[in-house]
Amino acid sequence: MPDLLVELFSEEIPARMQGRAADDLRSLVTGALVEAGLTYEGAKAFATPRRLALTVHGLTSRSPDQSEERKGPRVGSPEKALEGFLRGAGLSSVAEARIVSDPKKGDFYVADISRPGRPAEEIIAEVIPAVVRTFPWPKSMRWGSGALRWIRPLHTILCTFGPETEEPEVVAFEVDGIRSGNTTRGHRFLAPDAFTVRRFEDYVSSLEKAKVILDPARRRDVILHDARDLAFASGLELVEDDDLLDEVAGLVEWPVVLMGRFEESFLAIPPEVIRATIRANQKCFVLRDPATGKLANRFLLVSNIAASDGGRTIVAGNERVIRARLSDAKFFYEQDLAVTLDERLPKLDKITFHEKLGTQSARVERIAALATEIAPLVGADPALAARAARLAKADLVTGMVGEFPELQGLMGRYYAAAHGEDPAVAAAIEEHYKPQGPGDRVPAAPVSIAVALADKLDTLTGFWAIDEKPTGSKDPYALRRAALGVIRIVLENGLRIRFAGAIATAATLPADVAADLLAFFHDRLKVQLREQGARHDLVDAVLADARDGDGAGAGDLLLVTRRVEALGAFLGSEDGRSLLAGYRRAANILKAEEKKDGRSYESAVPDRHLLDETGENAEKVLAAVLDAAIGHAVAHVAREDFAGAMATLAETRPAIDAFFDQVLVNADDPAIRLNRLALLARIRAACHTVADFSRIAG
Amino acid sequence: MSAIAPANPLDPRRSFQGLILTLQQFWAAQGCVVLQPYDMEVGAGTFHPATTLRSLGPKRWNAAYVQPSRRPTDGRYGENPNRFQHYYQFQVILKPSPANLQQLYLDSLTAIGIDPLVHDIRFVEDDWQSPTLGAWGLGWECWCDGMEVSQFTYFQQVAGQECNPVSGELTYGLERLAMYLQGVDNGYELNFNGREGDEKVTYGDVFHQAEEEYSRHNFEYADTEMLKRHFEDAEAECKSLLAQGAAAAGEDARHKCVLPAYDQCIKASHRFNLLDARGVISVTERQSYILKVRELAKACGEAWVQTADGGAA
Repeated sequence: MPDLLVELFSEEIPARMQGRAADDLRSLVTGALVEAGLTYEGAKAFATPRRLALTVHGLTSRSPDQSEERKGPRVGSPEKALEGFLRGAGLSSVAEARIVSDPKKGDFYVADISRPGRPAEEIIAEVIPAVVRTFPWPKSMRWGSGALRWIRPLHTILCTFGPETEEPEVVAFEVDGIRSGNTTRGHRFLAPDAFTVRRFEDYVSSLEKAKVILDPARRRDVILHDARDLAFASGLELVEDDDLLDEVAGLVEWPVVLMGRFEESFLAIPPEVIRATIRANQKCFVLRDPATGKLANRFLLVSNIAASDGGRTIVAGNERVIRARLSDAKFFYEQDLAVTLDERLPKLDKITFHEKLGTQSARVERIAALATEIAPLVGADPALAARAARLAKADLVTGMVGEFPELQGLMGRYYAAAHGEDPAVAAAIEEHYKPQGPGDRVPAAPVSIAVALADKLDTLTGFWAIDEKPTGSKDPYALRRAALGVIRIVLENGLRIRFAGAIATAATLPADVAADLLAFFHDRLKVQLREQGARHDLVDAVLADARDGDGAGAGDLLLVTRRVEALGAFLGSEDGRSLLAGYRRAANILKAEEKKDGRSYESAVPDRHLLDETGENAEKVLAAVLDAAIGHAVAHVAREDFAGAMATLAETRPAIDAFFDQVLVNADDPAIRLNRLALLARIRAACHTVADFSRIAG
Repeated sequence: MSAIAPANPLDPRRSFQGLILTLQQFWAAQGCVVLQPYDMEVGAGTFHPATTLRSLGPKRWNAAYVQPSRRPTDGRYGENPNRFQHYYQFQVILKPSPANLQQLYLDSLTAIGIDPLVHDIRFVEDDWQSPTLGAWGLGWECWCDGMEVSQFTYFQQVAGQECNPVSGELTYGLERLAMYLQGVDNGYELNFNGREGDEKVTYGDVFHQAEEEYSRHNFEYADTEMLKRHFEDAEAECKSLLAQGAAAAGEDARHKCVLPAYDQCIKASHRFNLLDARGVISVTERQSYILKVRELAKACGEAWVQTADGGAA
């Protein structure tokens, strides 16, 4: 079956958009081909800085014929109805329609519409221009006098189609003055001339001869291997960096890795600064000494050309730029070191954190107060926590952080350490931003924890107070990340903090706003626990239960998590499953009867006297067992021993089973019926001492 | 790269002025009108009406010029070898952008001595926008061996007007380019005239004192009350000129006074830059100043397309 090859050759496509664009090209084109009735065996798309390419192999050469019977109006219907039918069916006169007789409905018209299949070429010639015209670039532009939009000017479109055994043909079409053809160009400098392409196989090999590696994964591999080899040859090790690797692979068609060096004296700058400088501005890799793990005074650059002088000029040029960049960095670093963080604090007065939340200074004061409160709860020295909080944002006004915002916190740590701050304070300055994302480390040192929690809680309560909450995909202040950060810090450090209290300390929020924020924490906790494999419904069951009563339990995220774990383990056991079954049976009967009677049996208490007089044995046993179990379970829960509480409940199982086996709830005597419903309510209440079982699914 | 210095003092690898002359020659040969710098203080070559206004409307327009550019906050009292509050941009504007614009740009690099088979030349994503001009475009930073040497932009919108046709804009940072070509790490050491010994004039000979003095002016001395007044005056005058020019439109419905109004917009923009350097503008005020200048630029753009050069029918 024939193969389709498409190449869209343009001026340089931003590296970060290439992968997505290749995916879009593949799915949009194959989607439209299938929509038009064609099928294919496989499709792959590729991107380089100057081209998007797509190969679709095993494409059918025609779409199938299709026929349709369309029912029309009755014979003798008004002219208008007939006209509409003829137009819709594509007939020119009523004579072209059949008349069908139906014993009930009478005679009516039927049109036989047959749509012959179309050659694939015809379909392709419609699909590709349509995809080009509507391509979903994140940002697109016009150029020259044209109206077409593309990421950057589009120059040529290559489109060939044909079976393996024959010479493929150009599928002819035109998009805004660009006629499809079968030629492309190689590397901009090394092989700029146009050449002819037949199909995917020779396309890839001709490009390679013309110094273009089509497949980004291969360019990535080439860069990675050459980089490792070059590093190894100098007795060094590449500091691997996947994001940078991806980006660089999107900046070159013919990667050539070269090594440069810089003065050793620059190694006095913190390694993170060297790396940030070299990476962000120059898109180069840094190297380390495998023996010491320290940065080496070398870097690797990825050029797009095998230069005629072996790359000497390119290396020299890059070294010059990196030297200048590192000089700047060193200058900033030394300038920054000359001023203590304390001395910088007044500057925070001039920086607005948020229009409605005041200056950075005001924010720092709030964080310091809160960190002081939290400190004793997490085993930190309140004075150190306050000190760290006060200095935590001071590096925002240093030259280095102005230049590299991603170094915030880290620079503060360096400067604090250099000025003799307590190591716990210096560490907290860096770590109070953590964790930044799901992969980031969670602070474990007490002072760091206190400041990290205070920072995040201040942010959350602040934005909640001014009603700037995340909505849908919009979360400009990264509040979800902040809440998740709090949750991870609490859970991973096994901290016991009552959030209702902490929120109240952080800000005087109206009760409904505070409750809303707590609910937001619960949502995040659900997401977090679900990601760790916990069942969504169990989290709900525990939260619903914990929220009842004084609600304080729900504010303790660690407790909630432990309860979910205990509940999960319990329901995994035979006892748990059976108790759940008993609970459901009791709850279902209660629900039905409560509905029938129009009242709740929630607080109904079995009448002891009646029970003793008329009760069946199983009934009496159950009542006694439940009384004991509820008492014990409540005591276990109060001690936060959830497994113990559940084990106690499990002991009621034989009594519950026996009750259902031997006793008819809906007795004729209304008093006895009432008493038995009250017993069922006790079963429900017993289970609810550990979780809201009604929320457990499946 | 210049181990063996070429003998010609006007070789672009030998003198700053040689670089400028070579670029002018090159773009003149492409049919550009070679203009002289605009006679007002501007922050970038884009502010020159030959770019801002001429990029609007349907008429062909190809121009090249050097534009001294002033960025008051970049002053470093002559102490930083790479940063100046006054520097030169070489600006090329081609409307409509020709299909071979990238190639023309690369040819211009070859003309100034950058051989693309020896150097690593790259087009790295850079979306350009000017909040004060109400303008944006897509393009690249052009890198030579890891150094940004030019900006390359396809204008999509200028002064709030859609660009149709689209202009291609090239901006060469002349000092940085010259430093690379001459192999000099300190901008003040650039050879300006290509002579040696007593006859040699450096960039520092020409501009060092100016950098010191203007840094004082920009950061310390400039009268901020006066600057605020001048900003308001320029704003009012711009609006007034536009109103009068519009009122005088007459039967041909053409606006009669855009260029002088646009001068006032430029003036307001630079007063704002000076106020910013003096550190007397708060964050919120800053936004409002930018908005005011943008409103002026937009009004000028709207008026420009109602003139003959702006393509009015």
